[in-house]
Amino acid sequence: MMAGVGGGNDFQWCFSQVKGAIDEDVAEADIISTVEFNCSGELLATGDKGGRVVIFQREQESKNRLLSRGEYNVYSTFQSHEPEFDYLKSLEIEEKINKIRWLPQQNAAHFLLSANDKTIKLWKISERDKRAEGYNLKDEDGRLRDQFRITTLRVPVLMPMDLMVEASPRRIFANAHTYHINSISVNSDYETYLSADDLRINLWHLEITDRSFNIVDIKPANMEELTEVITAAECHPHQCNVFVYSSSKGTIRLCDTRAAALCDRHSKFFEEPEDPSSRSFFSEIISSISDVKFSHSGRYMMTRDYLSVKVWDLNMENRPVETYQVHEYLRSKLCSLYENDCIFDKFECCWNGSDSAIMTGSYNNFFRMFDRNTRRDITLEASRENSKPRAMLKPRKVCTGGKRKKDEISVDSLDFNKKILHTAWHPKENVIAVAATNNLYIFQDKIN
Amino acid sequence: ASGAQGPALVEGVGLGMAGADSDDSLYPIAVLIDELRNEDVQLRLNSIKKLSTIALALGVERTRTELLPFLTDTIYDEDEVLLALAEQLGNFTMLVGGPEYVHCLLPPLESLATVEETVVRDKAVESLRKISHEHSPVDLEVHFEPLVKRLASGDWFTSRTSACGLFSVCYPRVSSTVKAEIRQHFRTLCSDDTPMVRRAAASKLGEFAKVLELEYVKSDIISLFTALASDEQDSVRLLAVEAGVSIATLLPQEDLETLVMPTLRQAAEDKSWRVRYMVADKFSDLQKAVGPEITKNDLVPAFQNLLKDCEAEVRAAAANKVKEFCENLPEDSRETIIMTHILPCVKELVSDTNQHVKSALASVIMGLSTILGKDNTVEHLLPLFLAQLKDECPEVRLNIISNLDCVNEVIGIRQLSQSLLPAIVELAEDAKWRVRLAIIEYMPLLAGQLGVEFFDEKLNSLCMAWLVDHVYAIREAATCNLMKLVEKFGAEWAQNTIVPKVLGMANDPNYLHRMTTLFCINALSEVCGQEITTKHMLPVVFKMSNDQVANVRFNVAKSLQKIGPVLDSNCLQTEVKPVLEKLASDQDMDVKYFAQEAISVLSLA
Repeated sequence: MMAGVGGGNDFQWCFSQVKGAIDEDVAEADIISTVEFNCSGELLATGDKGGRVVIFQREQESKNRLLSRGEYNVYSTFQSHEPEFDYLKSLEIEEKINKIRWLPQQNAAHFLLSANDKTIKLWKISERDKRAEGYNLKDEDGRLRDQFRITTLRVPVLMPMDLMVEASPRRIFANAHTYHINSISVNSDYETYLSADDLRINLWHLEITDRSFNIVDIKPANMEELTEVITAAECHPHQCNVFVYSSSKGTIRLCDTRAAALCDRHSKFFEEPEDPSSRSFFSEIISSISDVKFSHSGRYMMTRDYLSVKVWDLNMENRPVETYQVHEYLRSKLCSLYENDCIFDKFECCWNGSDSAIMTGSYNNFFRMFDRNTRRDITLEASRENSKPRAMLKPRKVCTGGKRKKDEISVDSLDFNKKILHTAWHPKENVIAVAATNNLYIFQDKIN
Repeated sequence: ASGAQGPALVEGVGLGMAGADSDDSLYPIAVLIDELRNEDVQLRLNSIKKLSTIALALGVERTRTELLPFLTDTIYDEDEVLLALAEQLGNFTMLVGGPEYVHCLLPPLESLATVEETVVRDKAVESLRKISHEHSPVDLEVHFEPLVKRLASGDWFTSRTSACGLFSVCYPRVSSTVKAEIRQHFRTLCSDDTPMVRRAAASKLGEFAKVLELEYVKSDIISLFTALASDEQDSVRLLAVEAGVSIATLLPQEDLETLVMPTLRQAAEDKSWRVRYMVADKFSDLQKAVGPEITKNDLVPAFQNLLKDCEAEVRAAAANKVKEFCENLPEDSRETIIMTHILPCVKELVSDTNQHVKSALASVIMGLSTILGKDNTVEHLLPLFLAQLKDECPEVRLNIISNLDCVNEVIGIRQLSQSLLPAIVELAEDAKWRVRLAIIEYMPLLAGQLGVEFFDEKLNSLCMAWLVDHVYAIREAATCNLMKLVEKFGAEWAQNTIVPKVLGMANDPNYLHRMTTLFCINALSEVCGQEITTKHMLPVVFKMSNDQVANVRFNVAKSLQKIGPVLDSNCLQTEVKPVLEKLASDQDMDVKYFAQEAISVLSLA
């Protein structure tokens, strides 16, 4: 059982690896902007603000190194997006990778979609271990042969060579988004995917780049009447006709593509009635949903707003079945978080492989895990300090009023520049990847 | 045969003295082989496209033992190279030594059939299907069928999808034991875990059913069809519709009702609009496949529902089929069915909320008049045509106008002309130039049907107005339109009505309009003939050679080159030549260039 989010009843989280430079001054381009495991968990992709994608591959577990349980090593690095300039609108288009989504594996190669604000690209990552040898007109070292000495034709022969990993762009899906793309999600029919920006959701065929279908459009005729934007969207993991999208008003709409070609009318509307007692100037901002994820089973979905994570049963629209506070102690600090713009940070959230636990990020390089069965929660820190191999992660505590105990951190000393927005959980095992600014931390469980 | 063919064919490629000791003859081939690995994709593609030349030079033996193994492992290349390779290999049988050795082509095609790019995979499957026919029955079982099995049980869905397209070509030619295995493999793929494979199986189900014995169609295919048609994935269910149509053509009439109709009825009412859309889209084929009785009892109500579907995409697809569906109704009850069941739905569609639906209907509705005859058309259809001619959406009006010929045959166009004219005028002056362009293209057709009198009275001024449109594409289309009108109404009509107006524009202060005169002359000279060209047009062209705008002058040179062939040689020598010579010494570079070009093309130097 995976009950132990931490705490030690079944397993403890241990440090495994950290990727990225140790330097104190971080180059903007190196900041990780998305993290994603592939379907088997053998590959882990990160995208950064510099438009690069780095793919890590899990090392085969070897018998003589029992203790190292398959570390992730760099497999391929490539420049996915370049900065561009939209001359018609006089707008710079950042190269920052907003989202990466892996496609289910279809042959020996791997495929992923990567998106910046405007353009989605399909990349193929493949291996090559053979090289052709033998030319007719030149030697192997490139010297030209005298053509009159050709007495026989040579057919090149393939010879083994060192493994080479190549990333090649296969398709470019462009010119369909006026606003910034916030989500991409592959449909369970494996032939289409959706992409969402602030006001619209488009449906693409993976093999067709010159057209997409607009399935949701919430742009009002008059932009001054705009009260709500789309913040995230995702396809159901099994039902090809179902997708959800979340809004800046804290609501989630579930649509059925069977009903009509244009999904302007939702089939379900998930909203928790607001508690009038806790209403404040910031209510609307903090209720904005920054991420929505279906559970692997497809029965639940999870939403992240500024202060909490909620789990919704798809069969119950009027309130979430579970609500977890991520950093409730910030409620009293909203004013300063508003002033330094942190209140607009978009935290993501993820499920573990069996849907029994969830993880999401916080400030001060803290990240939180919640066990859905035991309702236990834990705060861990991604830090270089305890980055010794297999060092156990100590649970961290933030002091919430009253006297600060030993080992506790006071709210005022939290570093709001160190935020963990992007995390990923291996689809089958207790391996997590946590992006802390320009560093990627990988933690694994250790069974006691 | 192959042994004798080798050297003989080599000579045929033009290698001169074929043979290993002739040095320079091998050089071009050596280049081609080396360029198979060139960094430039175009050169690689070029080499692949000449693969047969390489193979001929190598001879059948070395092609089999060296070239093909090399090709089998070169699947890393760009799609277009792989696509060309897959295509080449389909025509390679003679180059590997004839049918006896055709199985040597299987390994490279097998690896191409597993790549992720659908176009390449499909081409590899197409080539495999092609060469399957060149296998002897024994080879088919020894080499080809095992390949199909390997693909069908491959780890990756790319190979399994490719397998789906190969069952039907080997099934008819193998023993009954192998047949049973093939059926089993196909069954397995129909319930594959991945929707891609189920889609591939569903799309090949109809084709596979065609080669199966009827008993297996009834026992195997029907259950697979039923399962695929109720798949959880919309994209699989919609492909099953097409398979259902093919299967229906194979079954005797008495089995249709029990074996396929329940499933097809369910598809027509599927929860997903995409599946219903597919049913609407395939409706005519379905109608032909199930025959008149089922059509009357089942398809008529189903079609009515599709015409009234809640999703506009479905209504549009069904509206597109209205004419074909009505045409294919059994003759004895055709009129009654249309009048009582179909026409009421059609009437509603005329005022549909969605413009795609209305324009789909407008593109076929005129066809109903031939089916219903004069009286019904006047009474029931004419009001609909008139309503659509006034529709707010230009595409609807255009679709009606573009199909006027059907009505013309039945009731004559005069009935419509009162409403037609305002509709045409409105389209002719539409703010969108693409709409104006579309109506121009129907002008010759309209002119032919409305007759010269009506045209001169009402439409001629429109045609001339387009010549001075502010969009070039419209002016260009307008000149072409004039030419087509002259083809219809003759040179004399041209001389009396349009030529004076066209030539009048030569004095327009706007140089673009003056150039339009030249473009019209280019288009009209041939249809108007030598006399009108020499007498009326040529003097105007000459006069324009003194235009102050260089663009006009070089267009004079181009026009003279264009109309030269219409003129007689005396005129060319005495009149055209001096003008061109003068232009050839113009101070403008372009004028000089085009004048010289005209002089040399017309051989006046």
